[in-house]
Amino acid sequence: METINYQNFRIEAENICVDYNGKVALYDANLRLKPGQICGLVGMNGAGKTTFFNALTGFVNISKGKIRINGESVRSAQKDQTIAYVPQNEGIDSQFPISVWDVVMMGRYGSMNIFRCPRESDVQAVKDAIDRVDLTDHLSTPIGNLSGGQRKRTFLARAIAQRASILLLDEPFSGVDIRTEKLISELFIQFKNEGKTILLSTHDMIHVREFCDLVLLINKTVVAYGETSEVFTPENITTTFGGISPDFLFGPES
Amino acid sequence: MELCSFLTLDSFITDPLTHDFMRKALLMSSLVAAVCGFLSSYLTLKGWALMGDAVSHSVMPGVVVAYALGLPFSLGAFIFGVGSVALIGFIKQKSRVKEDTVIGLVFTGFFALGIVLVSKIKSNIDLHSILFGSPLGISLSDVKQTIFISLLVVILLSIFRKDLMLYCFDPRHAKTVGINVLFLHYLLLTCLSLAAVVGLQSVGIILVVAMLITPGATAYLLTDKFDNMTVISVLSAIISSLIGIYVSFWFDLETGGSIVLAQTFIFLFAFLFAPRYGIFKLKKLFAGHK
Repeated sequence: METINYQNFRIEAENICVDYNGKVALYDANLRLKPGQICGLVGMNGAGKTTFFNALTGFVNISKGKIRINGESVRSAQKDQTIAYVPQNEGIDSQFPISVWDVVMMGRYGSMNIFRCPRESDVQAVKDAIDRVDLTDHLSTPIGNLSGGQRKRTFLARAIAQRASILLLDEPFSGVDIRTEKLISELFIQFKNEGKTILLSTHDMIHVREFCDLVLLINKTVVAYGETSEVFTPENITTTFGGISPDFLFGPES
Repeated sequence: MELCSFLTLDSFITDPLTHDFMRKALLMSSLVAAVCGFLSSYLTLKGWALMGDAVSHSVMPGVVVAYALGLPFSLGAFIFGVGSVALIGFIKQKSRVKEDTVIGLVFTGFFALGIVLVSKIKSNIDLHSILFGSPLGISLSDVKQTIFISLLVVILLSIFRKDLMLYCFDPRHAKTVGINVLFLHYLLLTCLSLAAVVGLQSVGIILVVAMLITPGATAYLLTDKFDNMTVISVLSAIISSLIGIYVSFWFDLETGGSIVLAQTFIFLFAFLFAPRYGIFKLKKLFAGHK
């Protein structure tokens, strides 16, 4: 099945390892994703989910292995604005004095001149992106005054404005309201139809079944990877979470 | 005579201006305040207050060595400022000691080295003016240096204003869209060292960190917009310098201390009465009276 031309993969990570000052955070991890695929990244805290994202965006260097984004290096993917990263709400300073508009405009920085002066096209891209996440009424609202869901949508809009073909989302559903959750799931379907590739980490097992074509279970390395229907089994989940039974994990959800 | 001058606000302001050294001090200190205030916004948001403290103390031996060798003191200060940060990074990476501990031990080590050097090197270095600043006694060559460094920092910060804001806010995104984060990191450190160098002339090494953090902290309480924060920070820094110098002139007080105290009072005022973030929330008080 995996004999398709190498160029067809949006993300191709081969045996990647990441260590921080000699401490191994991720080893021998593999991932291949094609356009239009949504993949869930599932693992415990400290299992290397964020490290995996950091390796794909080039925020940390890999000590071994190879990453190809659209057949090119991570460096050229950065230059081409190919990857957008949507942080967890906890990962950003919500008291930073910045408005929704300014955050979304940051999605355009990579393609602007050195002074980051917005062109007509940038302004339009930002407007459209904010419109798609339904925040047009909050253009100049400081992010500190937004709800968790609105803040999540702001960062999603930044990724849309960036026009990236790959979206990495760290816990997109944590701490959001029902309305935001619905809007994000609708956007995922649109992104899929536009041929974007999505990799999202989540604690919520129900979301994996709902949206993800593929699932990558990790615990410092890949525990299992494949079609959600085949791989997302109680046995694999138990292994991923270090022996805790899925009943316990699913318990609070249902 | 002094008492008479006090009776009119006009002469309170204009009398000192008749002295050449006062005009120079007011101009130089305002310039230095503007530079430090500009940078202050970034340091406050990046959480680099301790780093500012470290760099400003670490420049001490650099100043002494440069004086002894007859070099521009800004050069020595700059080398030791950046060097201290490099050393902090190195020790942190190679040992299990926590970062704040490393910062504390590196800068006090550098500072102590500076003090020992002053006592050993026989020269006309005035320890007092290094430690506490001497805006009233700035020499012509110091004026030129200060103007040059200030302009350099302002130009750098202006060019990379938005990138630095992004770097403080979300470095991961910056990296993801191909912005050189390492460059921005060192740019901010370089500006910090340079600002510490010019700042120590007006308020001295011990208090220069106040110039680098207080205006930003004040502005942070007063606005939710980054651009406004920068403007407020610069303005509050300049106003504090002017107040500090006038007060020190009329009441014969230490100038550096007066400038920093003025900044602290402005901060306290914002802390108490800022419309949204002050503890008395003026906006709500007014709304209540309507």
